[in-house]
Amino acid sequence: MLDTVIHVALFCLALSMIGLIYRVIKGPSIPDRVIALDAIGINLIAIIALTSIVLKTNAFLEVILLIGILAFIGTVAFSKYLEKGVIFERERDR
Amino acid sequence: MRSRNNVILETTIRLVLFIIILFSVYIFFAGHYYPGGGFIGGLMTAGAIVLLLIAYDIKTVSIILPFNYRIMTGLGLLFAIGTSAGAIFFDVPFLTHAFGHIDLPILGDISLHTATIFDLGVYLVVVGVTMTIIQTIGEDE
Repeated sequence: MLDTVIHVALFCLALSMIGLIYRVIKGPSIPDRVIALDAIGINLIAIIALTSIVLKTNAFLEVILLIGILAFIGTVAFSKYLEKGVIFERERDR
Repeated sequence: MRSRNNVILETTIRLVLFIIILFSVYIFFAGHYYPGGGFIGGLMTAGAIVLLLIAYDIKTVSIILPFNYRIMTGLGLLFAIGTSAGAIFFDVPFLTHAFGHIDLPILGDISLHTATIFDLGVYLVVVGVTMTIIQTIGEDE
């Protein structure tokens, strides 16, 4: 029963990732693409969690945290670029 | 006129930075028997410093962390080569590592490896090289 539920959930996540990849490639504006990339990161986390349930292992738990941190850094960098035009400032104006 | 300060980002990153650095230290020491090690720990530390660079600016971060990353890379290479070359003096092949079990007061039975020092070298090299690349690319002029 649980196995079927997990496989259906994995299928749904894969389907939603196809939609997100379409949005990354087609997306009319850059913020659409950034949001889609962030959502791809979240979907990857979900897929890894479900995979570690299927494989009955806890070796992938660090990977989940790692992808979460990297997706956060990427989204923050993109947002700052869109907002200010630069990522690293030499000397910021207060 | 939109306000130009990013107080939400700075406050968030003040909290998140310590979580990321703690996680990188954990993943560095988990290295030998579990997934992890010097490379990914160094990448996580470099990610934390990049977050600091995003929230603040290059000048402030160079005051907070006054490291010369090129010297850090050389130091890491020295650690790695020194640990691997140290095996030659004990009549064993290059890169052989030694380990032993030691009883520490609170932590109990711990296996100490010389591979940790090699991994520390890898960690320093990864942090140094990543930060050199990012600072070279990221400077605006």
